[in-house]
Amino acid sequence: MRKIAIYGKGGIGKSTTTQNTVAGLAEMGKKVMVVGCDPKADSTRLLLHGLAQKTVLDTLRDEGEDIDLDDVMKQGFGNTNCVESGGPEPGVGCAGRGIITSINLLEQLGAYDDDKHLDYVFYDVLGDVVCGGFAMPIRDGKAQEVYIVCSGEMMAMYAANNICKSIAKFGKVGTVRLGGLICNSRKVDNEANMIEEFAKKLGTQMIHFVPRDNMVQHAEINRKTVIDHAPTHAQADEYRALAKKINDNQMFVIPTPLAMQELEDLLIGFGIMN
Amino acid sequence: MANLIEDLKLDEFKEEVLKAYPKKVARKRAKSIVVNDPDAIPVIQANVRTIPGIITQRGCTYAGCKGVVLGPTRDIVNLTHGPIGCGFYSWLTRRNQTRPATADAPNYMTYCFSTDMQDSNIVFGGEEKLKQAIREAHELFHPKGIAIFSTCPVGLIGDDVHRVARHMKEEFPDCNIFGFSCEGYRGVSQSAGHHIANNGLYKNLIGRNDNYKRKYKYAVNVLGEYNIGGDAFVIEELFDKIGVDLIATMSGNSTLEQFESAHTADFSLVMCHRSINYVAEMLETSFGIPWAKANFIGAEATAKTLRKVGEYFGDQELIDRIEKVIEEEMVPVKAAAEKARKKTEGKTAMLFVGGSRAHHYQELFSELGMETLTAGYEFGHRDDYEGRRVIPTIQVDADSRNIEEITVHPDPTRFKPRKTEEELKQLKEAFDIEFNEYKGLMHDMKKGTLAIDDLSHYEMEKLIEMYKPDIFCAGVKEKYVVQKMGIPLKQLHNYDSGGPYAGFAGAANFYRDIEMISCSTIFKQMKAPWEREEYVEAEYVFN
Repeated sequence: MRKIAIYGKGGIGKSTTTQNTVAGLAEMGKKVMVVGCDPKADSTRLLLHGLAQKTVLDTLRDEGEDIDLDDVMKQGFGNTNCVESGGPEPGVGCAGRGIITSINLLEQLGAYDDDKHLDYVFYDVLGDVVCGGFAMPIRDGKAQEVYIVCSGEMMAMYAANNICKSIAKFGKVGTVRLGGLICNSRKVDNEANMIEEFAKKLGTQMIHFVPRDNMVQHAEINRKTVIDHAPTHAQADEYRALAKKINDNQMFVIPTPLAMQELEDLLIGFGIMN
Repeated sequence: MANLIEDLKLDEFKEEVLKAYPKKVARKRAKSIVVNDPDAIPVIQANVRTIPGIITQRGCTYAGCKGVVLGPTRDIVNLTHGPIGCGFYSWLTRRNQTRPATADAPNYMTYCFSTDMQDSNIVFGGEEKLKQAIREAHELFHPKGIAIFSTCPVGLIGDDVHRVARHMKEEFPDCNIFGFSCEGYRGVSQSAGHHIANNGLYKNLIGRNDNYKRKYKYAVNVLGEYNIGGDAFVIEELFDKIGVDLIATMSGNSTLEQFESAHTADFSLVMCHRSINYVAEMLETSFGIPWAKANFIGAEATAKTLRKVGEYFGDQELIDRIEKVIEEEMVPVKAAAEKARKKTEGKTAMLFVGGSRAHHYQELFSELGMETLTAGYEFGHRDDYEGRRVIPTIQVDADSRNIEEITVHPDPTRFKPRKTEEELKQLKEAFDIEFNEYKGLMHDMKKGTLAIDDLSHYEMEKLIEMYKPDIFCAGVKEKYVVQKMGIPLKQLHNYDSGGPYAGFAGAANFYRDIEMISCSTIFKQMKAPWEREEYVEAEYVFN
């Protein structure tokens, strides 16, 4: 079982990319579980065709400790297992602590057990690594591989660099490694080359360049992944390609985060040259 | 005797103890270890963060607010909002005593109230659970007041205890409900908690009862006396003997009503300057009650304080009564001192407690003919060492900014200066009563003695090793470490089974206890197994 966490700046398309990639893996016949680690609980919407999921924490609150795995886990597209960790309403409590609680509970309920025959677990984590709780998936070996979704925009790269700092930190004492950057294109000038270079400087790779396409929006409105909604569309093939690359990936590193100046130089270099 | 301090060469301590520290740590600690000169008081570093890794004597902000200042009040339900440990370990099982007026009068001090926060309360917020706990407490006890104390996680997850308090007050209008943002991490020590508690006392309690019925003509408050080991009982009796109303003791043996009436007093006597000077000042600014430093620890100090009260009111009848009480009380005290002194004379003591006790108890030791070699506070500020004159020069750091500063104004209807400026000046000139003044610990310590702030356990061990005092005074965290080194330790945070030590009766108790403790040879007789038994050196069975 490979345990993968997807991080990236807020709004960059982590949930969309994760679910579309998972759909690709499912199509390949892989058994996948997706654990949404976002209090908004929208990480499995496309796989489940809507927000049909009761979150782990809501269930825990309503039912107490005595809950079954079936209460919190639903089957989605391609027999994927879908779980939402959930969290408190905005401005209350501690969502980070919530993620810790809910992952512990999933383990206790046997969501990862051998009888589930899982090939992959995906953690889709909110925003940047904002506190200890949100770093949970990359601590203690909960996730072994991290992919960072980014684009050629300054703040997305800055966030990616920050996430690399925490992977570097936890990687030194644990098993977590960076598997690569997924460039979710924003049609920034020279974007692919810049992210390639950025990845090289981080000691990793740009595993795939996902072009921008309106079909993703269409599929989302229909509460589906692209592979589900328009299986023959070119964009579906992009996600299939990403899924295959992740499946075949052999490059796992402890990243070398850039200093602020280096990052700015990179942007200026690629931005001004063209 | 006079040369004792010189002979010991206390000034060598600093260089010796700093050797073990890394350079940066040594540089910081050096500023907190000073050789005293009462004629030219040196600057001491105090109220700064303890260096991580050092074993400190200090407690947290929550402890200062809940445990120290509000804890000793018996008819307020003190509710800890947080995981159970904070409430449990601040349960005032025997430190502070109290005596309800009647058998069925409320006394909640023996209880431990906590919201017992669980994981899910951390994740989803604990406000609902807090409300539920308040409802439960109200239903069970119908208290006049409920105080909510925030622990660290409450601040981290952003529960608003003040909003909950307002909300619940609407639900229970007969109960005064108020909260404290006294999360443990808010300050460098418990001192921050005292300040937060003082602000809360002023905002939520003081000035709510104008109908205090006096028994006598004059009335005072005693601030910063927490009835440890029954000290407040002794002081209450003394005031009754001299015929002066003691309206509010903050907060030993106190009630909510006492707090609410404190503003009707004529004079505030401040015992522990560190923990309560804020309230003393606010009472003066708002209601015109002057305050002066007082001390009931030590027979001479008690006499001096009582005389101060007499001089303040300037009533000959009162002064005569006070003199009579002092005369009577002094007889057994003198006898007790004489008896103890035969054995204690010339012995040495070290005191590291609190924010006033390391100062006050030197009085008792000097009455026993004992020399205090070194002293220091856990949570004192520079003014507690060097005197209030240095307050304008104390730098406000980020930690102090964590604490709410409240500005108070003269009360529009009830502000009434108890003494005119002229009268205060005359009192100072005639009797040397210093208003709004505390001269600090170092003013009363001899030249060549050591003042050390926030003593670490390593420094403590080094002090004992180098100077072998006859008695060491600190708290329970130090007690067994020191006693294992063969030196008796007297706790001055609580008194174990001893006390009270305040007033005249207390002084006599102290003489007896200290004679017994410091002259006991038991600690010197006791040897660790490796010191008393011959041991066989192990040998390899093969070569």
